[in-house]
Amino acid sequence: MAEKQRYGLLIDYEYCTGCFTCQVACQQEYGWPAGMGGMRVNEIVQNLPKGKAYLTYFPFPTELCILCRPRTKKGLQPACVQHCMAECMRFGPVEELAKEMAQKPRMVLWAPK
Amino acid sequence: MTQSNTTIVPTTTWSAGAGCHGGCGILAHIRDNKLVKVEGNPDHPWNRGRLCARVLAMTQYTHHPDRLRHPLKRVGARGEGKWERISWEEAFDLIEERMKAIRDAYGPESMLFNSGTGRDIYPWICMLAYAYGSPNVMFGLTGSACYGPRLAAVNTVQGDFAVFDAAQWFPDRYDDPRWRRPECMVIWGYNIHATCPDNLFGHWIIDMMKKGTKIITVDPRLSWFASRSKHHLALRPGTDAALAMGFLNVIIREKLYDRNFAQTWTNATHLIRTDTGKLLTEAELVSGGDSANYVVWDEATGRPLVWDCAAVDYRGEAPEAPMFSGSCEVELPQGEKVACQTVWDTFCAEVEQYPPDRVEEITGVSAELVAEAARYYAKAKPAAIHWGVAVDMTPALTPLVQAISCLWALTGNLDVPGGNVIARLAFDVAPYALPGSKGAIRLKSEELDKPRIGVDRYMPLNKFYWRCSTDLSLDQIFTEDPYPIKGMWIQTAGILQGLGMDPKKWRSALEKLDFVVAVDLFHTPTTQYADVVLPATTFLEKDSFRSWWVPLQTINKAMRVDECLPDMEINFELSRRFDPDFRFETLHELYDDILKPAGMTFAELQQKGWAYPPEGSSSCPYRRHEKGLLRPDKRPGFRTPSGRFELYATLREQWGLEPVPHHEEPPFTPVSRPDLAKDYPLILSTGRRSPAFFHSEHRNIPWLRAIDPDPVVEIHPETAAEHGIGNGEWMWVENWMGRARFKAKLTPVVPKWMIMAAHGWWHPEKDAAEPSLYGMWKSNVNQLLPMGHQGKDGMGAPIKHSMCKIYKAGPEEV
Repeated sequence: MAEKQRYGLLIDYEYCTGCFTCQVACQQEYGWPAGMGGMRVNEIVQNLPKGKAYLTYFPFPTELCILCRPRTKKGLQPACVQHCMAECMRFGPVEELAKEMAQKPRMVLWAPK
Repeated sequence: MTQSNTTIVPTTTWSAGAGCHGGCGILAHIRDNKLVKVEGNPDHPWNRGRLCARVLAMTQYTHHPDRLRHPLKRVGARGEGKWERISWEEAFDLIEERMKAIRDAYGPESMLFNSGTGRDIYPWICMLAYAYGSPNVMFGLTGSACYGPRLAAVNTVQGDFAVFDAAQWFPDRYDDPRWRRPECMVIWGYNIHATCPDNLFGHWIIDMMKKGTKIITVDPRLSWFASRSKHHLALRPGTDAALAMGFLNVIIREKLYDRNFAQTWTNATHLIRTDTGKLLTEAELVSGGDSANYVVWDEATGRPLVWDCAAVDYRGEAPEAPMFSGSCEVELPQGEKVACQTVWDTFCAEVEQYPPDRVEEITGVSAELVAEAARYYAKAKPAAIHWGVAVDMTPALTPLVQAISCLWALTGNLDVPGGNVIARLAFDVAPYALPGSKGAIRLKSEELDKPRIGVDRYMPLNKFYWRCSTDLSLDQIFTEDPYPIKGMWIQTAGILQGLGMDPKKWRSALEKLDFVVAVDLFHTPTTQYADVVLPATTFLEKDSFRSWWVPLQTINKAMRVDECLPDMEINFELSRRFDPDFRFETLHELYDDILKPAGMTFAELQQKGWAYPPEGSSSCPYRRHEKGLLRPDKRPGFRTPSGRFELYATLREQWGLEPVPHHEEPPFTPVSRPDLAKDYPLILSTGRRSPAFFHSEHRNIPWLRAIDPDPVVEIHPETAAEHGIGNGEWMWVENWMGRARFKAKLTPVVPKWMIMAAHGWWHPEKDAAEPSLYGMWKSNVNQLLPMGHQGKDGMGAPIKHSMCKIYKAGPEEV
């Protein structure tokens, strides 16, 4: 018996600008109250040598992310993926996303429980 | 999930709700007259299905329990927070009676009409003010220091505005074969992706970065763009013009400029008398000559020839070898001989004042980096510059804008694919007068415009900027000179919590007025000082349209909330009451009239959703100066007095202001005020954007407030440690004007010598009545910033750079 296809999100955090669209798109989709939701955006400021620093935003899928199954079975993209202003998130089978990940550095591949 | 009994209404964002300058295509899901969801419209060329947090939170906005839902009349004292519900009929009658009484007693100019930034209501607030008879439409920010001054300044030198090119002119966008990707983009004082100011979609730049565009960032902060830049120029706030002049210095010294463009399309060859330092005119050269025409020296024949500005051509023969650089002696009719040099040499003489090492001294950016970045920009083809409000928020904004405009012009990037492209109102549909255009809605007579506050002092107000001077208007409320101001109509604007610097002075001004109306969606600190408050709507609750650059598109009514009325319907009803000659019966009739240049009615445009101007239209690029698409007379050239891009601004010469770009040290910096720097050693900058809020809006939207819950000051960890301030602790920021309280956010994104204080803060959850006024008096950073320091031309003001000291807040103050 073939194993069930596992889906995930490929997050290109190099281009995440910290717009918080994914966080609010998820809250709207499922009616989560403020403070809850399937996505949390984090700001990471990394100090670098010579007094420099680097600013990164990272959209983190939480325990509440269900990969928008009600949307994807209708052929829609997950709410966060569709609205992402930087178009830095992709939804798909993890094997396909892993192939994409081989093409570009600074990405994270994630799958829910 | 959306259910089957849901209607999906496609529409466009603009102003209240999203708050921003708009343009995104959305799909509003409506069930039983209630908004259940908002999605980005995947078919819309502007945002292609993407959407920001603010629009995605619209369900919490439209149906918010605190929305104003009925007109209100104040029953207590101003600032006491006591209101009585009245009907629209009562509200209209009361307003009509009170405003007509002011008009009868003091004249229509005694009413000020105040709007916020980039609002869709500008046409309709003008409609109301002009129907009433007042020319005093006021933006409300000191020096009008947001966007309008940039537009006016660019118009001064090139006759049209220009923006970066993300193929926004074409429905198939980046796939259009006419477009080219910029090799390099300079992002100047701009965190555009947070709130998309200036009618541009910030993430277009990210689209282009993915395609290979390299970034140079000019910003004291380490912004997201700065982190991903080839070069980050972290300058001292207020020194931007020195940096731009440094770029020009490197580009000219290393001959990286487009000589052909400079010779053909700028006024580089026009002669300047060395004795007067002014342009030599035809009137001086020949008796009966026109003082609006200029003179060029032909090196081949050793003769002066006349540049006819009206014809945008030489009078008679063209010079074989027009002198570009050099000097000559011109004989005047009485035999007097005057030495002259070219505009190019005058321009270069100023630019020579800014070698990179001097620029380093002024800006703090290393000379090496200045030179390297300038070379990189100049060699990249095409390259675009885009700038943010930091450019307006300094008093010498016009010379700064001139310098930056000269950069894109002299590198041959003006109106070319992937460069700085001239942006015009779509199909030249002009619902109101942005600088550079005459609006469709006007005062009945020029006579009525004469009392507009500031026109006698600030010449751009007569040429480009059809508003009154905010700073002079505020003063006039107190001085009543030359005439009294008796009332104010404030529409979706926050003069106390957002726009107004020195808000205590604005509060005194409001207290002095006989009659104040506020139109808004929620109570704010400002509405507490009104006599009547009218409930307006979000963009989802109105029919409207937008022609701000392209495309031309409609905003479509999807729902209604209680008794709330769209701004334009409120103003339409009152315009009919104030003006017996008001000639429209319905709003749609008025829309049809304004849309005439597009050759379609409002209903037809609504059917299409959006429309792009075709090739050959003046609102479709490229190289329109070559094609004769910019000037009303259809001649090639620019819409400036000389028909050329003006390295030396003829209008500035006429106005008695410096005609060439240069740097001026702003009024409150450690350099200009070392005396103040002793007590206030840190540079105070304000206004960094939050992706969750548009200025003072959205603090009451739970999903958005959770993103940015407190007024924060960004402070470098070392600076904070010196002051014993820990991350997340409350602290005071104070200077000679006042103080405000913030939560410290320790972060190395700001330099050690500067703090960045969030603006627009009030707390809708706190008590409305004074002395709290929604907690605004504790959190509003504008209490540390002045009115009355606008630029010499009335434009620009010191908002991004002041000085302060900081200290930890005591436990009783938290």
